[in-house]
Amino acid sequence: MSNKSTQLAAVIAEFQDQLLEGWLAGLESRLHRDKSKTIDLRGQAAQFLPLLAETLQQTTSTNIEDAGWVDVRQLLAEISQARVRQGFTPIETANFVFALKEPIFEYLRKALVDNPLQASEEIATASTLFDNLGLYTIDVYQKAREQIILRQQQELLELSTPVVQLWQNVLALPLIGTLDSSRTQVVMESLLQKIVETGALIAIIDITGVPTVDTLVAQHLLKTIAAARLMGADCIISGIRPQIAQTIVHLGVNLEDVVTKATLADAFVVALQRAGSSIQLTAGR
Amino acid sequence: MGNESFSARITSGDNSILPLKTDEDVVRLRKQVRDDLVALGFSLIEQTKMVTAASELARNTLRYGGGGEAHVSRRHDNDRTGVELRFIDNGPGIANLELAMTDGYTSGGGLGLGLSGAKRLADEFQIDTEPGKGTTVRIAKWKML
Amino acid sequence: MERIPILRMGRLLLVTIQVDMHDRLAMALQEDLTNRIVKDRANGVLIDISALDIVDSFIGRMISDTAAMAKILDAKTVLVGMQPAVAITLVELGLTLEGVSTALNVELGMKMLEQPG
Repeated sequence: MSNKSTQLAAVIAEFQDQLLEGWLAGLESRLHRDKSKTIDLRGQAAQFLPLLAETLQQTTSTNIEDAGWVDVRQLLAEISQARVRQGFTPIETANFVFALKEPIFEYLRKALVDNPLQASEEIATASTLFDNLGLYTIDVYQKAREQIILRQQQELLELSTPVVQLWQNVLALPLIGTLDSSRTQVVMESLLQKIVETGALIAIIDITGVPTVDTLVAQHLLKTIAAARLMGADCIISGIRPQIAQTIVHLGVNLEDVVTKATLADAFVVALQRAGSSIQLTAGR
Repeated sequence: MGNESFSARITSGDNSILPLKTDEDVVRLRKQVRDDLVALGFSLIEQTKMVTAASELARNTLRYGGGGEAHVSRRHDNDRTGVELRFIDNGPGIANLELAMTDGYTSGGGLGLGLSGAKRLADEFQIDTEPGKGTTVRIAKWKML
Repeated sequence: MERIPILRMGRLLLVTIQVDMHDRLAMALQEDLTNRIVKDRANGVLIDISALDIVDSFIGRMISDTAAMAKILDAKTVLVGMQPAVAITLVELGLTLEGVSTALNVELGMKMLEQPG
């Protein structure tokens, strides 16, 4: 038992139950009560401790980058990634490992009470090890967070430009949410691009889901319509709510040259006529 | 500077100077600006806007400034990169700048969209003019890194 | 001098602009087109600009002027194939080519010209 890490391993193996209780008490005091309830702290801790003991017994290295630590890293990574989704902060995530320090040091001191020199060495080694494990959880946390942000940005951009083909030669662009100029530019580009790709003759811009229209947004809409016309496609605006109609007139925006329809359905009928198709209700309806 | 003859493109680092004496020079300038924008990774829309602005201003230099030159340079900041264009002539200058910047105003039979249009198409626009001395117009377009 | 070729198909004139436009070339095209409308007794003009990567105010004006001149000479003009980036830029520039008919491609443009009225 001269090897430092095996001494640590021996302590963990021998006092596992006591360490677990001490660790959980520390964890719960550091976490918000409502948060600690939402996750299976006990289960995760009970899984981590024996794995740590086993790793320490099997490898003499305390460098967590080494191959012997792959299982520990894997488990910590899973826990940290889950913490991101559960809305934990990086500090709360790292505390999972850090909270284990105090009980471990306590039992190391007890086990090596006759050899204070070795005790301090063991504690220093263990401290570095847990610091590295804690930093590793932060690192994983950070990367998981970045990935989520990246994916959300992508999704937002795609969500914001849902150009759909309703019928042969007929496109629809249902706009939802606030339009700012950068988003409008993306919307405009993807509509025009889709017109080229599909050879659409007519595009319906539905603004039922747009809460407000200010002068700038109205100008952007008019520009999109003008650009589509230059390319050889017509646009219809549908879903104008009464408040928006009032705003448009009060702002002095001229929509006279633009075809507007109350609903997407009305606009669709007009679009079909222009595109040379028609809808007929079957008998009995 | 505008009275010298520029037979060839002078290049120094990321900066090129092109003469604006003929219609063909305008086409060459557009190509140079396009190449720089493509090299810096600008989107097609941004490229088109900037090349169009360059075309408008090059025409002004040629038509109203009696010819001159264009400076094309790449610019780098901490967190963005861009293309800057300067159009320099030693022509008659602009007497009433405010009027010249108005949409639809023209002194020479054009549409009157050259200056005002170029300003709308670029991210930065600056004009220095003095009657009898000449005109320099600077525009820039930026791309976040 | 360099000139943009004009093709005739029946009573239609076809122009595909495939070179970098400059002002002198644009003016020459306008002159050639109006001359050919009369000479060939054309009743329709199709201008394909799908290969143009920019249209500035001068070329834009040439196109709308040509359409207006053609109309006086009893010919209809359709502009086809404008690229999205070009269309956005033209609108930003403040040019909407009022009075010029447009179509997405040559095929649709021909259909428009074949329709009476």
